[in-house]
Amino acid sequence: MAEEFKIDDTIDITDVVCPTTFVKAKVALEELEEGQILSIRLNDGEPVQNVPRSIKEEGHEILKLDDNQDGTFTLIVKKVGD
Amino acid sequence: MATDYATLKKGGWMRQKQKNNFSLRVRVVGGNLTATQLAKIAEVAEKYGEGYAHLTSRQSVEIPFIKLENVEDVKAALAEGGVEPGVCGPRVRTITACQGEAVCPSGCIDTYALAKELDDRYFARELPHKFKFGVTGCQNNCLKAEENDVGIKGAIKVKWLEDKCIGCGLCAKTCRKGAIKVENKKVIFDESQCNFCGRCYKSCPTDAWEDTHGYIVSFGGLFGNNINKGETIIPFIEDKQKLLDICDAAITFFAENAKPGERFKYTIDRIGRDVFAKKITEVYNG
Repeated sequence: MAEEFKIDDTIDITDVVCPTTFVKAKVALEELEEGQILSIRLNDGEPVQNVPRSIKEEGHEILKLDDNQDGTFTLIVKKVGD
Repeated sequence: MATDYATLKKGGWMRQKQKNNFSLRVRVVGGNLTATQLAKIAEVAEKYGEGYAHLTSRQSVEIPFIKLENVEDVKAALAEGGVEPGVCGPRVRTITACQGEAVCPSGCIDTYALAKELDDRYFARELPHKFKFGVTGCQNNCLKAEENDVGIKGAIKVKWLEDKCIGCGLCAKTCRKGAIKVENKKVIFDESQCNFCGRCYKSCPTDAWEDTHGYIVSFGGLFGNNINKGETIIPFIEDKQKLLDICDAAITFFAENAKPGERFKYTIDRIGRDVFAKKITEVYNG
């Protein structure tokens, strides 16, 4: 699904709710180096409607969002800045 | 000496059922009061009222149980805290607003700035009957724009930017009007279904929607003895000066045509909806 990107780290935030969803994603991005790529599995509904935008507002680049057809999505993010 | 209740009412002094007692309505714009103003209102309520204030249904504050003999002292005390009396009766009333884009993530326009501008322009203007303006920041309509004589709603007109889009489909998910479909990573946008809520633009993680902020205006709303939802004539107004010109035209139409005690909706009905719509459309196109 994300074969065109080299994934450096993967997290699953389907077990938490807002605002922990975004916090977990933010912490995972902080662990990465600039230019590295994070794959995030997140729930449909509020998480998928808010987390991508919040990550973008932190300055990172959203590369892709895939519908896993099981009520979850996979978001691919490139870390920008330190 | 006879008490001039009409003048007192005009200045925000609401006569109570208890003889020589007034509930003083203060001037509030867009629902905001400073801490200094609130402190002064509290002080006056303690000293001259019964130690409480009432929040009105239209974002004002009233201080009940002020005695007639204290009217001048109360005015002077409130002025020290930057609090002015409000108005009641046949004139432009409190301009109401939600918090808007300055504070609210859903907001599409700066509602407070606009309320302030409308307040400077129209507050307390004498008219044949009461006239209410309300400003709400977005389609969520927390401020219920359409119940006002002139209701203003923040809106965002969007345009899809193909080169920035990654085809993630979030815009289609957040759209409540079914105006967006994503097929093979390509957006199909049916502009005729768009209600200018801006949710696609706000949810987009790659800034692939160009945003133009503007206003949707409704006329003739009522929510008292009779209930009427204000009607929109121009779907989307992009320019603020144009919006103000349209507000001017609406209030002038009311001032020139309304009978005393007639609300805006009934003036529009009596003179003719088409006559009014033509006037507004002319200003919009002018």
